[in-house]
Amino acid sequence: MTEGTLPGALPALATERPAVAILRRLLAMPQAALGVVVILLTVLAALLAPWIVPVDPEEMDFDNLLSGISAEHWLGSDQMGRDTLARLIVGAQVALMVSIGAVGLGVALGVPLGLASVHFRGFLDDVIMRVMDALVVFPSLLIAVGLAAAMGGSLATVILAIGLANVPWMARVVRSQGLTVRELDYVAAAQAGGMSNVRIIVRHILPNSVAPVIVQATLGMGYAVLTEAALGFIGVGIQPPTPTWGNMLQQAFPMLDQQPLLSVVPGLAIFLLVLAFNFVGDALRDILDPRLKGVVAT
Amino acid sequence: MWQYIVRRLLQMVPVLALVTFLVHALMLAIPGDPVRALIGPGEVLDEEQIALIRKEHHLDEPVLVQYGIWLGKAVQGDLGRSTQNQRPVAEELGSRALVTLQFGIVAWITALFVGVPAGIASAVYRGRPVDYVATVLSIGGVAIPNFWLGIMAILLFGVTLGWLPTQGYVDIFEDPVEGLRHMALPAFALGVTSCALIMRQSRSAMLEVLAQDYMRTARAKGLSERVVIWIHALRNALLPVVTVFGLQTGRIFAGAVVIETLFGIPGMGNYMVQAIFARDFVVVQGGVLLMAVSVLTANLVTDLAYAWLDPRIKYGD
Repeated sequence: MTEGTLPGALPALATERPAVAILRRLLAMPQAALGVVVILLTVLAALLAPWIVPVDPEEMDFDNLLSGISAEHWLGSDQMGRDTLARLIVGAQVALMVSIGAVGLGVALGVPLGLASVHFRGFLDDVIMRVMDALVVFPSLLIAVGLAAAMGGSLATVILAIGLANVPWMARVVRSQGLTVRELDYVAAAQAGGMSNVRIIVRHILPNSVAPVIVQATLGMGYAVLTEAALGFIGVGIQPPTPTWGNMLQQAFPMLDQQPLLSVVPGLAIFLLVLAFNFVGDALRDILDPRLKGVVAT
Repeated sequence: MWQYIVRRLLQMVPVLALVTFLVHALMLAIPGDPVRALIGPGEVLDEEQIALIRKEHHLDEPVLVQYGIWLGKAVQGDLGRSTQNQRPVAEELGSRALVTLQFGIVAWITALFVGVPAGIASAVYRGRPVDYVATVLSIGGVAIPNFWLGIMAILLFGVTLGWLPTQGYVDIFEDPVEGLRHMALPAFALGVTSCALIMRQSRSAMLEVLAQDYMRTARAKGLSERVVIWIHALRNALLPVVTVFGLQTGRIFAGAVVIETLFGIPGMGNYMVQAIFARDFVVVQGGVLLMAVSVLTANLVTDLAYAWLDPRIKYGD
């Protein structure tokens, strides 16, 4: 183990860039490889949507209401004759935007807060962590419902609500990593050598937090997809006509006894994408540091 | 020990104050005049009457003062009255919480009694078919949206087979059979994620325990495999399961919001969502307080259970 490298740090490899080495090991694990494939397919479908969506997701086909799997509608159509496949692909765009946005917000706020907690210690540490406790105590779904009621259900509100729920986890992960690193001999040596607290954080604590943050972020993506779906289902998420997997399920529910396929398809999409994020997150944790098992929320 | 408990209880105070204050601030940010929520639909009032209502409900005071007035009453157990129907919030919340608690407990107990044995079997028969099945189920259980599982359960047991009711709620104390029948599907949908997490945790904890020296000692003493696993190993393997319990209390509340909406159950989650939409922030405030107290208490109980299960852990020294 080289100086400055904790188990949490990215493994330094002489010949390969760390990202390449990690990807190679990911693809060697069957579950993780499957996860990577599902995520890549979803990303591709979302990016290529304008070219691959078979018909306009708003277009109503009154000759084929609530149709099952057919040549015109590969995954069936809803009560307004809208194509489920087209809506599913547009929904994938939303799911990815929400998960990237929410996790990004969680990292952008949580990491600095965690670092500040480690840096300032004492009173400010207490204040920050109590605020984080308060955020954890409050069911994130209710924060989202409240925000949606306050600001109207939109992409921004949903990202804000789920992102806020991610903040305390990121802050805790960074803080606990920071507390461990802070006690190590080489950090004491750096301090003795006159290195400032801020430099210690930037040079030693931040790099050591990268791995647990990546793992937490990957698992957080799955969580974001699940929460978006729940919000959409109770009607406070992104509002129709924009199709999301959550509001598709909401609109399908009253039709459950007439066309079950409508309820099955979006749910399966959510399940597969969340599963993929979890597979990759778990694998990353095992690759980067098996000891993170207790630290990172699953 | 008592000192520790008292200290922990005192630590809850700032967190509770913070949570309720944040909610208070958030509810004020919701657009629309709260006075509108107080008067009946279609009712027309002049400026003077509106000002009177505003004064009566302290809506003309600064945010901090409003919060202070609420807090002063809350510590005496008075959570105010719902602006929608004028019923005392503490009373209404109590009865709603009982509903959520009933099916939360059924979900939780089922998860525990399925999850722990399955996790242990999975560890003891590592690499055998039982282990594979349990592992696949636990991975799937975490990734599946619980409300979608509920929809699929309604489709199978309600719509297709017609075995179970899919909407509404019957008090389990009034009619145990109908109560349980109504509770079966929502409790299943709510409990699956917890069950999967418990299974996962007890499997990995059991694997760790089984590799320890004292297990070999116990076997060398001539104890039967059953005693070794169920008496010696289980106690230590339960520790991480207890942690999951602490975390799950919050999850059950969050899950209840969606599951109660799906199954039309008049529980707390449902009540809170309706209250948020109706701008009834007296109710929201009280509900959040109750949830926060429950989650924090669960965390405390979790830590105490830790000390009880593992004598090496001592608090308060």
